[in-house]
Amino acid sequence: MTPGVTPGRLMLMAYVYLVLIFVLAPIVVILPMAFSEPDYLTFPPEGFTLGWFGEFFGNDRWMTATVFSLKIAFATSVVTVVVGTMATYALMRGAGRIGTLFQGLLIAPIVVPHIALAVALYLFFRQTGLSGTVAGYVMAHAIIAMPFVVFTVAAALSSVDATLEDAAMSCGASRFDAFRLVTLPLILPNVLSGALFAFILSFDEPVISFFLAGIRDKTLPRMMFDNIEQNLTPVIPAIAVLLTGVSIFVLVSAAILRRMAQARSIPAEEG
Amino acid sequence: MTLVSFTQPDGRNLSKAGITLLMAPFFMLIGFAFLYPLLSLLSISVTEPQFGFQNYERILDTPVYGKVLLRTLWIALLVSILSLFLAFPVAMAMVSSGGAMAVFITACILLPFWSSVLVRTAAWAVLLQRNGIINEGLQAIGIIDGPVRLLYTQGAVVVAMTHVLMPFMVLPIYGALRNIPQDYGRAAAICGAGPLRSFFEVTLPLAMPGVLGGFILVFLTALGYFITPALLGSPQEMMIATLISQQLREFLDWPFAAALVGVLTLFVTAITLVFSRVFRFDRMLGGQL
Repeated sequence: MTPGVTPGRLMLMAYVYLVLIFVLAPIVVILPMAFSEPDYLTFPPEGFTLGWFGEFFGNDRWMTATVFSLKIAFATSVVTVVVGTMATYALMRGAGRIGTLFQGLLIAPIVVPHIALAVALYLFFRQTGLSGTVAGYVMAHAIIAMPFVVFTVAAALSSVDATLEDAAMSCGASRFDAFRLVTLPLILPNVLSGALFAFILSFDEPVISFFLAGIRDKTLPRMMFDNIEQNLTPVIPAIAVLLTGVSIFVLVSAAILRRMAQARSIPAEEG
Repeated sequence: MTLVSFTQPDGRNLSKAGITLLMAPFFMLIGFAFLYPLLSLLSISVTEPQFGFQNYERILDTPVYGKVLLRTLWIALLVSILSLFLAFPVAMAMVSSGGAMAVFITACILLPFWSSVLVRTAAWAVLLQRNGIINEGLQAIGIIDGPVRLLYTQGAVVVAMTHVLMPFMVLPIYGALRNIPQDYGRAAAICGAGPLRSFFEVTLPLAMPGVLGGFILVFLTALGYFITPALLGSPQEMMIATLISQQLREFLDWPFAAALVGVLTLFVTAITLVFSRVFRFDRMLGGQL
């Protein structure tokens, strides 16, 4: 592929721009509607108001759902990162057969459609009283987020020289101290980006949220689903504006974390 | 079967007890909130209301349900094909453009990836509504005389699902294309191959693992997709996920819903196992951040 400008290249780029317009247009169209006055969605937006942000922040039901979702997302990221890092560390330190079993079970939730897991948990949680509880959502979301966290942490662990841990242990450190003081700081950027990923995945997760919600304990995605299904008010674009802001913040943070990871790994590669 | 191969560093290995202890929380979690609920759901599908395959027979014997299965396969296939045609040139442009341009395209592809599926679905509902931009645009050009129904149709579901799932196609194809040495293209050119021949005989065959991986990923995700068909689709033209939801929540027919989940899950698992060689999940999903 030559970088020079050929007719083929021009056609390719024209096509790519059209695809990018298709990708971006719906988002570009919906965001300004957050500031539109009527209580239905029109384009172009009519008038200007910040009232829909007020509706979101001032309404108890939206706020309760948002706080509930934030709690779930925070707990999910902690649980997933702790459980996932422990298991990944064991995987990379000679897990053998049990490691194969681990990998199979890790992949399974990616393969099995979310609707299947949602229905299974809907019935199971009804019997066990876990429906609508933070614990119930956290277990479900942790299972979905786990592969992403494990892959991210495994990628970091495989680039850390394990003899560093050996050296620490020959100097008298326990295995746990060697991990905590030597390995963990080296893989920390990836662990944190795994945590961010789990957080977003949980906060955004619509399918399991849809099935596990009771009448009162709704998550933010479930409230949004109901709004879109019933009347679709500009609260949705207002939330979209807020979420896009948060997403950009998270993307930038993740990029910074990755830079940090690279900066750390360069001396190891050279030395 | 090992789907993922991690390189094993030469460190002092953990004892068997240590490994078991460290992995125990994971196995407990996956056993309690994944394996047990799914297996008991599948067992409900063959034990209730009585032992046997009558729930599965009902799916096959009732034309309405057979149609739902065929429609689901058809929509998933259509979404995968459309995604492929949109994604391949984008992946090519990402590989062949340098610096800022590549970053710009990647950001455009990844940004919607990070915005809520619900928001994107709502955006399509707005675009496709009766007095939406698309209807008004088509009237302005004179293609249609009055507003037509675009929302709550199969077309709406296909377009919106393609929009949501297309990034999943770009990434594996990009990964495959990036690994093709640029010399190959030059070598083909020196041997007299035109750009088209070079594309079909060099680039495309070498990109096939990525294409196949992306295609299957999008196809399988589309098969079980719930949100978009539930919000933009017509209740008369359900997909399997919306049918499952209806049976479970409206008709409270758990055993039948369980059988539908069984059909979907077994089908998806079977395809995954057949194609497990092209499915390198670690590559496809690990490199997202």
